[in-house]
Amino acid sequence: MKKKLISTLLCVSMVATMLVGCGGNDEAADDGNAGTETEAEEGDDTEAEEGDDTEAADDGGSASAEGGKVCYLNFKPESDDIWQQIAAEYTEATGTEVKVVTAASGQYEATLTSEIVKEDAPTLFQVNGPIGYQNWKDYCMDLKDTDFYSWLLDKSLAIEGEDGGVYGIPYVVEGYGIIYNQAIMDKYFATEGAKAASMEEINNFAKLKEVVEDMTAKKAELEIDGVFASTSLLPGEDWRWQTHLVNLPVYYELKDSNATDLAELEFKYAENYKNVFDLYINNSCSEPGTLTTMDVTSSMAEFALGQVAMVQNGNWGWSQINGVDGNTVAEGDVKFLPIYTGVTGEENQGLCVGTENFFCVNSKASEADQAATVAFLEWLYSSPEGKAHVTNDLGFIAPFNTFEDSDKPTDPLAQEVLRYMEDSSKTSVSWNFTIFPSQAFKDDFGFALGDYCNGSKTWEEVVETVKTRWAEEKAATATAE
Amino acid sequence: MQKTLKKYFLVFILPTLLAFAMAFIIPFILGVYLSFCEFTTVDNGKFNGISNYINAFSSGSGFLSSLGFTVKFVIVAIVSINILAFGLALLLTKKIKGTNVFRTVFFMPNLIGGIVLGYTWQQMLNAVLLQHGTNLLAKSTFGYWGLILLMNWQMIGYMMIIYIAGLQNVPTDLLEAARIDGATGTQTLFKVTIPMVMPSITICTFLTLSNSFKLYDQNLALTAGAPSHQTEMVALNIVNTFYGRTGYSGVGQAKAVVFFILVAGVGLLQLLFTRKREVDQ
Repeated sequence: MKKKLISTLLCVSMVATMLVGCGGNDEAADDGNAGTETEAEEGDDTEAEEGDDTEAADDGGSASAEGGKVCYLNFKPESDDIWQQIAAEYTEATGTEVKVVTAASGQYEATLTSEIVKEDAPTLFQVNGPIGYQNWKDYCMDLKDTDFYSWLLDKSLAIEGEDGGVYGIPYVVEGYGIIYNQAIMDKYFATEGAKAASMEEINNFAKLKEVVEDMTAKKAELEIDGVFASTSLLPGEDWRWQTHLVNLPVYYELKDSNATDLAELEFKYAENYKNVFDLYINNSCSEPGTLTTMDVTSSMAEFALGQVAMVQNGNWGWSQINGVDGNTVAEGDVKFLPIYTGVTGEENQGLCVGTENFFCVNSKASEADQAATVAFLEWLYSSPEGKAHVTNDLGFIAPFNTFEDSDKPTDPLAQEVLRYMEDSSKTSVSWNFTIFPSQAFKDDFGFALGDYCNGSKTWEEVVETVKTRWAEEKAATATAE
Repeated sequence: MQKTLKKYFLVFILPTLLAFAMAFIIPFILGVYLSFCEFTTVDNGKFNGISNYINAFSSGSGFLSSLGFTVKFVIVAIVSINILAFGLALLLTKKIKGTNVFRTVFFMPNLIGGIVLGYTWQQMLNAVLLQHGTNLLAKSTFGYWGLILLMNWQMIGYMMIIYIAGLQNVPTDLLEAARIDGATGTQTLFKVTIPMVMPSITICTFLTLSNSFKLYDQNLALTAGAPSHQTEMVALNIVNTFYGRTGYSGVGQAKAVVFFILVAGVGLLQLLFTRKREVDQ
């Protein structure tokens, strides 16, 4: 009898563990980013404690701004330290508590989903464009009447809602292209029979290909392992190709049809994409068959260590290049080249410049918190101390009129972006991935590229995947709204 | 005794019940409700009927193909883990020198988190495959066997401990009687030992079944579904649906509910099936 009872109990508890495990799918998702999240949370805890301390101090003496708190959910793990520092400094200067929580790489949406329903929800977060705004519109506050919006140089960049309100404000303009190492290029130009004499001559795809292939042939002489850094195609590390690189074909297609959005992508510049993608994978320091094991950090390290001459990335990559131990690239040698794909008239093409980082203020936060958040933003983007952090520490090119020429960032890649933007003979390519249908589309494109490199998909199949998945995802998200 | 138990039943059960309700029952009910809604966060759901369930089974969602892959994985994983774990347990109850060291070593992998294991095995498998000019994500078979290998490595030690406990409880008089009656080693194993450790087998098959079905961390870290979702298991598919596109969190939720019913059903069936074979001592 007793045994029966015990075994029944055991059975029940076993089923219970199974149920718990099952219901825990979201928990499992959290495990996925356990690494960085714990770190962020640890930082977060100390931050909160510090906040408590200041509050205690406030009770005794000077009054805090308006009693509001700021909680920022940061998107870029690489700048977590800087944000924590800014937060501490602002708290010290004004007494307003600022808490910074950082989402692990690639986990922003997931983190935001769980954070925003908490009691201590972020008052400040970001969306990645009109598509991201659709998901978060219930949580975005109208910022039209803020000074922050009035400072925005190009008002068309902001996200407007259907009611004409302003719900997202871009806080940084970034640019990407092919980053090259001037020292290695100079070494190449000095070799016998070099296909070009200076970087100025490389202003279209044909020339770029000629030079790159000649460099590959002379790689022993140039003491490099390959011209391009590894084309990282590990799942989650493939955004440079399935988002950034494919922006060019999409940009030209939109331009041809004079459209701002496409229900179906013809992908008529697929050949151009293939041109440059093949150039990347065939003249790299890694064999095509190994690319699905590579991540972005290692390709940036290859560049920083001088093993390769070029890598496609944006101005945010400077901190990564600079931060590599044993970095051999001199600051003055890091330059940008536009990504040429063989489109006619591309001699005047500039870098890809745009933004997918829009600040939103939580409409469900208390009014005091909202006011404190806006005040924090205005401090950050208008006070000398704040602006110094924005330009020097975060390395942002800020699209606001409160920034003068003397406030421009000093890092070499940001300066290159500015140089291209100010060069009136070059046309910048806008960022169009804000209209890409979904993450699922990008992931599948990345998978297809990986299969292409591993030889299990032909190029035609990749093109087919892009076209069908684009149409499917556009249709799916359209019905969901 | 019975009376006092009844009297204090609530006092003793309440804390656990509360914790269980907060951590499981309430989120579960909310989860089922949300599977009928379109929502961004848990408190802004809008009811939209069964359209989430229709979308969950539409051809583009990959639910059925990931389910197929999961089933293939589960079958092989259950068989291999249990046979190997039982074999090890048999070996390590034979009074070999250093038995305790071996038991500890085999148990260790179970103490490492799934994500860490996934990345470690990814590096190790790639190190081997790259020698042959290919890599883990090149073919779905690599990912499949990689997952099986990883899962075996992680789970065998744990199951082994359970089997050892079971084996140590087999009454020696039964074994002795079998020997005196002239039973061979194989006969003793299949006619005496295995029936006697049936309760352990029930537990082990159940644990391997449910853990393999719900596998997520290892799958995410090892292959993340590459190439082209071919090694994507159901849990990963659900998460990808949830965050993959705007407005599809409800569909992910619907898949999760379907998945729950499935795992619970299979788990209970398996329990019924193996429980029937247990013998009372």
